[in-house]
Amino acid sequence: MEQASVKLQIHDISLSFGGIRALQAVSFSVRRGEILAVIGPNGAGKTSLINSITGFYRPDAGAIIFDGRDITHLPPYKRAQLGISRTFQNIALYTNMTTLDNLMAARHIHMRSNMLTGALFWGPAQREEIEHRRVVEEIIDFLEMEAIRKTTVGSLSYGLRKRVELGRALALEPTLLLLDEPMAGMNVEEKEDMARFILDIHERQGMTIMLIEHDMGLVMDISDRVVALDFGCKIAEGTPDEIKNDERVIKAYLGQVQ
Amino acid sequence: MSANIRPSGVFDVSYAQDISLNRTRTDKIIANGLFVLLLLVPLLTVEGPLGLNLLPQTWIGLMIRIAIFVIAVQGLNILVGYTGQISLGHAAFVAVGGYTGAVLARQLGFSFWAALPAAALFTGVVGLVFGLPSLRVKGFYLAMATLAAQFIIPWLLRYPLTPWTNGSRPLEVPPPTLGPLSFASENAMFYIVVPLSVFLMLAARNMIRTRFGRALISIRDNDLAAEQLGINVFSYKLQAFFISALYAGIAGALLAFHDNSLSLDKFSLGLSIEFLAMLVIGGAGFPLGPLFGVSFVILLTQDIIPNRLLPLFGSVLPTLLPFIDPVNITSSLSPLLFGLILVIFLILAPRGLAYRWEIFKIAWKIRPYSH
Repeated sequence: MEQASVKLQIHDISLSFGGIRALQAVSFSVRRGEILAVIGPNGAGKTSLINSITGFYRPDAGAIIFDGRDITHLPPYKRAQLGISRTFQNIALYTNMTTLDNLMAARHIHMRSNMLTGALFWGPAQREEIEHRRVVEEIIDFLEMEAIRKTTVGSLSYGLRKRVELGRALALEPTLLLLDEPMAGMNVEEKEDMARFILDIHERQGMTIMLIEHDMGLVMDISDRVVALDFGCKIAEGTPDEIKNDERVIKAYLGQVQ
Repeated sequence: MSANIRPSGVFDVSYAQDISLNRTRTDKIIANGLFVLLLLVPLLTVEGPLGLNLLPQTWIGLMIRIAIFVIAVQGLNILVGYTGQISLGHAAFVAVGGYTGAVLARQLGFSFWAALPAAALFTGVVGLVFGLPSLRVKGFYLAMATLAAQFIIPWLLRYPLTPWTNGSRPLEVPPPTLGPLSFASENAMFYIVVPLSVFLMLAARNMIRTRFGRALISIRDNDLAAEQLGINVFSYKLQAFFISALYAGIAGALLAFHDNSLSLDKFSLGLSIEFLAMLVIGGAGFPLGPLFGVSFVILLTQDIIPNRLLPLFGSVLPTLLPFIDPVNITSSLSPLLFGLILVIFLILAPRGLAYRWEIFKIAWKIRPYSH
């Protein structure tokens, strides 16, 4: 595969916690502009994989190449500055802030004001606030969150919090979006809304999206390619149709007939 | 955080209006009017230029004390309330500010106006150094690490630095002057301390509602998420320690120049805990929390309990409990009453007075229509 079309390359990464080997020599690539789904049974290492990409975990071996640049040893905040953004499986919002402030907080890397200019709140700092407020308001419009703009996120319903989290990830203006079970624990309508948002983001901005999801129907519907993990190893990679018929995937999910 | 419900009939038409502190003309007039009224207070006392005697002179001393403590507690609020990093060493930082200001003025001949910012910056740097453990530890463990500041700094000031600080004996500090003007009187000091305190409160408010403050709150609410969303957590923690100690340094220098003397006994662990108590009573993580907490505690311990409650109890208790020496009653009753009132407050308003104030504002603003 030619280099230009690869957004993120995972090269032989291994990660272990004591005796548990969460990831074992996993390699695959995320192509520019695709939706890649990572599937696998519980404990397969999916979230560990995302955590390794964002830098929350440091892999014991292997390399992570983002946009042709080795980011394996970069701290998490620098990776975010390069354009990697994520949502969390267990919602990790800034609970006491409003929806608006959660999104504004994610504009951090695009803003310049500091302690001093912020404290004085003159000219440039104020203009910057307004300028970024506009960007954030567009995301609020897009995700249909106008009504909860000034609500503290701690008091929102689960489904809405997931949506705010997606908004916060978008406010970073990433070029690679990592979604860790964006539809976990949602009802059918909320899932459909979320799937629509993901597809919209993908179509409008051509964003590269990597997502972890358990709902197979949905995964097969929205993703371009699928990677399957089991016990920390990659067991299959391919189009949804190929994955559906892959023997090892079926075995991982359903077990084997003796 | 702040009240999100608008007074009925007020609609913001621009983002600038939506983010401004005073949304309407009325808000602006009230805010500026209150500030002017505050500045008029010393004119109404006996020692004022008009000798009016409309307000008791003791008010000025109390207000200056409140204004200085508000600065110190606002510093603590930025660190504890907004960034979520506990600190038990705040009194030590106030001491650093006080002694730095005093030594600069006495030994190096700095004027007050140069000594104040220099003391503030130096204290900020000291705070930053003691904030370094926050890279590794959180919560109780960080509290222990900051407790080290509370023991190391007074020890340094008492023993190795004795030639400058006078050790355990009080250190004289000259009053501030500006050309021919001397700020020796309380009424004159009022015009330095109170506007500065108001300015620093506003600065903190602005800091909190812009990029810097949102980074701090992100760290408090979810440091792991903040790190993965582009915030350099360690750098911002250190900045929080810096600005917190800077506020403490300003408060310390003001205290030194106002009292005209410094003594180490004031800056004990007890004071650090008192700062925390003021913050919790006032409401940690609210911009007005320090003002409420400091006013409440200082008015209670320096005016209400000694001047109003103690005489009341002092006359009743000896007849109720004749077996206790009346001298002991008055001296031990004061902390007892303070503790009792604290406990009642923590039960009735656990999130602090500032939270009550937000609720009150919401209730008031939606009158007469709730939509």
